[in-house]
Amino acid sequence: MLRLVVRRLLQLIPTLLGLSVLLFIWLNRLPGGPAAAMLGERATEADRARIEAALGLDQPVWVQYGRFLKRLSELDLGVSTQTGQPVWDEFTRAFPATVELGVSAMIIAIAVGVPLGYFAARRRGSWLDVTAVSGSLLGICIPVFFLAFLLKAVFAVQLGWFPSFGRQTTGIDATEITGFYVLDGLLTGEFDAAWDAAMHLVLPALALASIPLAIITRMTRASVLEVLGEDYVRTAESKGLSRQVVRGRHVLRNALLPIVTAVGLLTGGLLSGAVLTESVFAFGGIGSFIKTAIDERDYPVLVGFIMFIAAAYVVINLLVDLAYSLIDPRVRVH
Amino acid sequence: MSTKTDKIDRLAELTASTETSTGASLWVEAWRRLKSSKMAVIGACIIGVFVVVAIVGPWVAPYSPTAQLWRGEVLTNQNVFVGPRAENWLGLDHLARDEFSRMLVGARQTLLVGIVATLLGFTVGALVGGASGAALVLGGKVGRRIDTVVMRVIDMMLALPSLLLAVSIAAVLGQSLTTVMIAVGVVQIPIFARLLRGAMLAQGGSDYVLAAQALGVRKRRIALGHVLPNSLSPVIVQTTLSLATAIIEAAALSYLGLGNPDSAVPEWGVMLAQAQRYFDSAPMLAVYPALGIIITALGFTLLGEAMREALDPKLRS
Repeated sequence: MLRLVVRRLLQLIPTLLGLSVLLFIWLNRLPGGPAAAMLGERATEADRARIEAALGLDQPVWVQYGRFLKRLSELDLGVSTQTGQPVWDEFTRAFPATVELGVSAMIIAIAVGVPLGYFAARRRGSWLDVTAVSGSLLGICIPVFFLAFLLKAVFAVQLGWFPSFGRQTTGIDATEITGFYVLDGLLTGEFDAAWDAAMHLVLPALALASIPLAIITRMTRASVLEVLGEDYVRTAESKGLSRQVVRGRHVLRNALLPIVTAVGLLTGGLLSGAVLTESVFAFGGIGSFIKTAIDERDYPVLVGFIMFIAAAYVVINLLVDLAYSLIDPRVRVH
Repeated sequence: MSTKTDKIDRLAELTASTETSTGASLWVEAWRRLKSSKMAVIGACIIGVFVVVAIVGPWVAPYSPTAQLWRGEVLTNQNVFVGPRAENWLGLDHLARDEFSRMLVGARQTLLVGIVATLLGFTVGALVGGASGAALVLGGKVGRRIDTVVMRVIDMMLALPSLLLAVSIAAVLGQSLTTVMIAVGVVQIPIFARLLRGAMLAQGGSDYVLAAQALGVRKRRIALGHVLPNSLSPVIVQTTLSLATAIIEAAALSYLGLGNPDSAVPEWGVMLAQAQRYFDSAPMLAVYPALGIIITALGFTLLGEAMREALDPKLRS
């Protein structure tokens, strides 16, 4: 097990290095290069030369790349052109919001998707099955940002059941410990603050959950159908094991294996959806920040965030692989 | 990272194995099952209608998509919009242009985005994946080394969230519809590459390859004449599915402000992104293009899923 962890950690290094090269090339390929990106279109030649010298852009490419890499390793990614704050600070401030949103979305997707897929497979061809299959096909095809917009228009603006933007009602004086507002409220005993934060989470989390929910439902259904046809399920049934035991121990446990992998994959993919959802609800996480960074052409923020997100994605997948080897003994043998 | 790749590899393996016991060829069998699949028929019908609209749309549109009609009636700043009426079936948009005509003309652009992006992903991805797979099948130390290097790069691309990859590309190329097509297409490259390579790898160990080797068929001929054609079915499935994703992702990029800033050329994604600004006073302006996108994406997804089922040897009767 330890050897597996170490080997996988070592495999991360070339991937992340390669990513840094890609990002470095990208930064240098931006229209007019980094200097123009910083100065805007109306810069004079002299301004440009001055900035380029200050940034070391007149030096050979490999020296520049070395410096870029060194700053990356020191988590120094420059200063956001929108806010004037260091990119790393902005990232750590926004990250908990996105994690909170992503985790909520994943909980919804798993809590609804797994049972739905399971019962759809058990009653194949029933109205439940048909609804689950067509619903999940539709779920993939609705643009996330449009769904977010619809939810907001109906449940926040028209019906007024949920707040329409932000993570917290302004004026609520909540203590901040971890940056996860719901958790903070529970930890400090400020239950009204926790409730307020939870209400703010509902609509964005629902919108964000749509695609993972659709995929998890379909995968669970397919997986359960496959396991139900296996010989060992028939054997278990014919030797007189109770229904609960066969379903719980033989069917569900084996059927959930591929779902674990899918959950890991989807967690990484959630970030794309979060950019869209958060900007609709002005949620104040990484997604909202990236949206404004795109609008404002804030390249230090874009580069930094992309690097961190890719690193987070790679680490999440590593964790999923390890979890998988814990659940499925066959993987460990290899 | 490797979980994602494993999933794609497994998909490739599943759809690529060709055990023909009935004697009918994989394609004949798949076609028979596709015809009897309700999903496939509905999907094909939707796609058919969409393609027809995309072709004839610009000719049958009652108005020019850029003509500003009855300008005084639409006052965006006062939230006054013109709804559906006899001469404008879907009303007028925020610049007093006929929404129905714009939907008709926009279908062609939307189809174009899907096709160009998918073609780009397919061509480059299949070339890279095919070369990598061929190198692996041809064997030898060099082949394996080439495969390792290529796949590392592909895995790196897979490690970036697709939308961010697209955003990075769009930032370099500037705002235009071409940018969106390229950005969405590049995102598809690693998926196609991984898929084709995985399928070729699965074929590499099969009996007919061994037989061909035993007969002394040249390695290049085995790779290109035997392994490659038999590995294409997962790629074809992915092409269909990718048309749906491309259209949706293009809409997302437009929403993020990276699409075509020139709204004179209507495209459903751009129309949807623009209409959301006036959602409170004219929600239907967003609903029309959204419905167009959803139904079209659904058509491609239905057909793709049906094809996947038809080609899955496990489900063959």
